[in-house]
This record gives sequence, C-alpha cells and structure tokens, in this order.
Amino acid sequence: MGESIVHYSNIFKTFGEVDVLKGIDLEVKPAEKVALIGPSGSGKTTIIRMLMTLEQPTSGTILVNGENLWQMEKKGQLVMADEHHLRSIRGDIGMVFQHFNLFPHMTILENCMLAPTIVKKEDKTEVEQQAVEMLEKVGLGDKIDLYPSQLSGGQKQRVAMARALMMKPKVMLFDEVTSALDPELVGEVLEVIRDLAKEGEMAMILVTHEMDFALDIADRILFLNDGVIEEEGSPEEILMNPKSERLQDFLARFNNR
Amino acid sequence: MKWDWSVFFEVIPLIFKGLWITLGLTIACYLFAMIFGFFWVFMARIPSKTVRWIFRWIAEFIRSTPPLVQLFFIFYAWPMVPVVGVSLNPFAAAILGLGLHFSTYLSEVYRSGIESVDKGQWEASTALNLSSKQKWLKIILPQAIPPTIPMLGNYLIIMFKEVPLASTIGVVAMLHIANDYGAQYWKYVEPLTVVALFFLLLSYPSALLINKLEKKYNRRFDKKSVSTL
Amino acid sequence: MSSIMEISLVLLEGIKITLIVLALSITISTLIAFVAGLSRVSSNVLLNKFTGFYVEIFRGTSLIIQLFWFSYALPGLFNIHLGSDIWTAVIAISLNYGAYMSEIVRGAILSVSGGQTEASIALNLTKFQRLRYIIIPQAIRMMLPEYGNYLIQILKATSLVSLIGLTDLLYYGNIYRSTHLAEAPTVYLLILVFYFILALPLIAFTRKMEVFSKKGVAQQ
Repeated sequence: MGESIVHYSNIFKTFGEVDVLKGIDLEVKPAEKVALIGPSGSGKTTIIRMLMTLEQPTSGTILVNGENLWQMEKKGQLVMADEHHLRSIRGDIGMVFQHFNLFPHMTILENCMLAPTIVKKEDKTEVEQQAVEMLEKVGLGDKIDLYPSQLSGGQKQRVAMARALMMKPKVMLFDEVTSALDPELVGEVLEVIRDLAKEGEMAMILVTHEMDFALDIADRILFLNDGVIEEEGSPEEILMNPKSERLQDFLARFNNR
Repeated sequence: MKWDWSVFFEVIPLIFKGLWITLGLTIACYLFAMIFGFFWVFMARIPSKTVRWIFRWIAEFIRSTPPLVQLFFIFYAWPMVPVVGVSLNPFAAAILGLGLHFSTYLSEVYRSGIESVDKGQWEASTALNLSSKQKWLKIILPQAIPPTIPMLGNYLIIMFKEVPLASTIGVVAMLHIANDYGAQYWKYVEPLTVVALFFLLLSYPSALLINKLEKKYNRRFDKKSVSTL
Repeated sequence: MSSIMEISLVLLEGIKITLIVLALSITISTLIAFVAGLSRVSSNVLLNKFTGFYVEIFRGTSLIIQLFWFSYALPGLFNIHLGSDIWTAVIAISLNYGAYMSEIVRGAILSVSGGQTEASIALNLTKFQRLRYIIIPQAIRMMLPEYGNYLIQILKATSLVSLIGLTDLLYYGNIYRSTHLAEAPTVYLLILVFYFILALPLIAFTRKMEVFSKKGVAQQ
C-alpha cells in the first residue's frame, strides 16, 4: 500500500488541566479503514477533530500526504499554520458529524452543491448533476428540494455524507455518526457507509460504538483508553481475542448492554 | 466656542440636584407602569373575544406611537377635553404618560412569564384539586415571576433613559437644568455632557447587574417570547 | 369634521420630513449595526474593545440627550456644519439605534450553533465564505423579529427631531396647537393616529418575521 496518507506522531492534547491525549502514534494508509473504539472521554473524537483542524494539538505532528498539517515553514523556521496553510491541506479530508450539522437555511441539494461551487469553483450545472447523483446514491433522490428540518435523523445523516463526499476527500472521518439517531434509523446509515467502504479507494477513520459494524468493515481497530492507544490489531484480534484487561472489561460491558 | 472645563465643573453640583428628581420620577413612572401592566394582562384574559381584540389594539396603539406625543396629549390636550378633561402638573402628566406607555411593555413581560410556566403545571394543580387562588399563588406565580426579573430590570433602565422626555413638558430634572443653563450662558455642550455622564454612570453598572441576573435565569426562560423595546 | 380635515392637511406638510428622517435613520443604523455587530464578534481585540465602548456609551445615555448634544456640539465644538439639521438628527438616531441593534446582530451571530462553523470548516470554506453563506444568512433570520421591533422604535424616535427645530409631523402639530388651543385634543390624537398608520406596516413586518424566523435555523 506504500506511503501512509495520515501520520500522527507523539500527539498530546490538553484541555485546561485535563490531559486528553497522551502520546498518540497512528498511521493510516490510503484506502485503509480504521475504527476507533473506547470508553467516552478516552479521546477518540479529539483524534479525528485534530485532523479536521477543529482542534489544535498541544504538541506532536500530524502529516497529511507527507505535509505537516499544523505547522509551516516561514523564513526557515517552523511556525503555527495559518488559515491559508490549513485550507491547502484539509481539502483532502472530509468529515461527518454526530449531529449532522446540515445547513438549515438551504435545501439538501444546495447543501451538497455549496462547497464544490464556492470552494472548488466548479461549474454549477455539473455540480448539480453530481449532487443529484450523489443524493440518489444515498437513497434520497426524491427529496432534493426539501429542507433539513423536513427529514428524519437517518435521512439527515445520509445527506451529510453526500455533502462530504461531494468534495471527493481522500480521507473521510466519521464521528459517532449513529449516536444521535433513533435505533431504527441506524441501519440505513450504516448501510451507506458499508457501501462506501466496499468501493474502496477512500481512507476512512470511524469513531464508533457499533462493534459488529466495526468488525464488518474495518481493516484495523484501535482501542483507546485514557488518552493512549491501549491495544490495536485486526478486528478479529481486538474483538474476539482481547489481550488487555481494560479492553476485556470494555467489551464485556458492551455485550451486557 | 471651545470646551470649557470650568463650566464643566461648575454645573456638576447643579445637575446633581436634578439627579434625585430624575430618579424619583423614574421610580414613580415605573411603579405606575407595573401596576397598569396587570390591567392589559387582565383584559387579555376576558372571555369576550371582541373586548380582547379591542384592548389588544389599544395596547398596540399606545406601544407603537411616540411617548413624546403621548406626553403632549396628556399635558396640553387632556385639559381641553370636555367633561373628563383634567389639568395635570408636569410631574403627574409624566407619570401618567410614561407609565402608560411602558405598561404595554410590562404586560408583555408578565404574559411571557405566565406562558413560560409549563402546561403540565396547570394540569397538575387541577389534578390536585387546588382552588383557583391556590393555583395562582402557590404554583403559577412562584414559577412565572423569577424568570421575568431580568427583563423587568431592563425596562427599569430603559425607563430611566426615557424620563428626560419629561423636560419637554417642564419637569425640572437633569436635562431641563442643563438646557436652562445653556440658554442663560450660551454654554450647552458642557452641561449636556455632564447629564450624559450621570446617565452613563448609573445605567452602565445597572446593565451589568442585569446581565448577571439574566445569566442566572436564562436556563429557565425563553427570551424570544418577548418583544424588546 | 371640517377641523379634522384642516388639521390633517396641516400635519401632512410635516410627514415628508418624518419619512425622510425615518428612511435615512433606518438605512444608516442598519449599516452601523452590522459593522459594529461583526466587530464585536471579531477576534481583533482593539476593534472589539473600541466598538464595545461605542455601544455602551450610546446605550448608556438617552437619545434625547444625544440629539441635543450633537446639535450643539457639532457646530460649536467641532465646527462641523452639516448644512441641514436633518443630518444631525439622522446621525444621532442612527448612532443610538445602531448601537442597540448591533447587539441583536452580535447575539444572532453567536447563537448560530458551533456545529455550523465546524461543518463549513470541514467543507474547507474560507472565513469570509463561512460568514457570507452560513453564519450571516442564519443570523439574519434569527434577528428579523427583533429588528422589526427596533424599526418601530426608530419611527417613534423620529418624533424627537421637532425638538431641534426640524419641521416634522409633530412640529406642524405644535404650531397649529399654539394658535388653536381648544383644538389640542384633536391635533395630538390625529398626530398619534398618523404615527400609528406609519407603524402598521412595521408591525405587520415584525409579526410576519416572527413566524418566518422560526424556520431555517440550526437548533442545536
């Protein structure tokens, strides 16, 4: 698979007095699917939010395609990345949020068209055609002129995925995308992600509580606990054959739910 | 004409005397508005639809027309009205005029306070077989009043800043003293600046206090349900 | 009846000034409100503090005092002659209500949920595009009902301009009353009715916006 597309080395993150991440090393290869599991507060979400530039690491480096995300060179010195630098790199990254974050004042078609037209300055009629196709792909072809408030949670989340996919990211981040959904709506969202995973070419990092789902689509699972990667391996190793006591506890609590 | 510090310091004690009148008038107007505010709430709960509609539009009329003209009406025009016309001194006219104008705002505050009490509370008090009086005194009002306190405070500050309007009908408070001084010595800017500073000195800390209260209560209150002045 | 007609005709003379002051004040105070409101949420500390100072000064004192102050201080202290008192009135009203309305702009911008900004970062929008396409359109929807209320306030505030000698609706009414003392009730009632007629479209706008703004805003 060659070069890694995302490379975290020795990442620390502190919020006030709290150490959320204590030395994270993580490499993701192109097209690789990585699932992050762990108890709440273990720092899973922070890891992907840093890659999306929503949170800045306290120390350590993140490389995207070999380029330093949070630092840049200026007059021979490494300085904090500015907005311009961040924008030049984060175009390769997309994200789907727990609470969808659709733009409520736009139809779902407009939600999907906005970024390609104003950020990538692509031709509007072409973008519209792609957006319609993309919405058809996630099963919402008949809803393109509705507003987000007229959709169910599962439908909103599928729009959010279509919107992120329109930017053709090389890495897609999923932040507990089914946690805010009613149980009966979880399936339709996971189905779309499963289809995306099968298509293959895009790397995916998923923060999730759906163990069966992680087992199904992930190439690798990382168990995070208390700000460090406690254990990592293939889905079978992690879920069927946990080594550390903490992971065993975590999985036991999950199965007893 | 240049800025003259000696004038500035000379007028401070003069205008300070007017501060007490301004404050007293503010409180008098506000009390009147608070009491009369209940009248509109009461009228909005009358069973007859027509009566409710009439009083809603009377309140809307008072709320949407300039308080300055209302003051002129009460002070200059009312004495000329046959039969019911009464001549009022400037103070009484100001209390009636500004009080009436602000009562329409305060009634909205009261209404939103009552509406902020959950429907279930009414149902629960009925289920417990409370009398109408018990319902209001023990259940509804104790919940309806606290969230309105910051807004009531806000309107008190706004009232304070509207009281200078009364100088146009001859109430001798801060603004009037400043204008008299100006007319006498042809020095307007310094006394007016002093008046402005007095207002700022009182209203800014009060606004900060209200902000604090608001933070304390805003968890329980939907501020969108009230129109602001 | 004939006196009602006669007085109405006199008052109509003044309505032009009232409407000019109203239109100019609404336009300029809205501009000020947006510039000041955006400055208040900007990360530039100096801009933020300076605007905060302006807002507190104008909200902390009365419009009537500001109006008198400007009408004496502009020509006297600063030797600025605007050519017409209309501009003195418009400046005072606009600065005053611009300060109040900047707070609703600020409040509306801050109440657009953080998730909206995060989503637009994830889609790689520039800072300007985030404001232009995501934050401001939602903020405007949220602030419209309160904005409508302030338009009514501005209309009421225009009645003060007669105090610095502008020949508006109230000015003509006062002149007529001074020569027809017994007609005072009709004069002032008619003035109030005139203002109310001017207020009606603004009241309708505000009510419509209350319904409209409930749609199309991120709730989380």
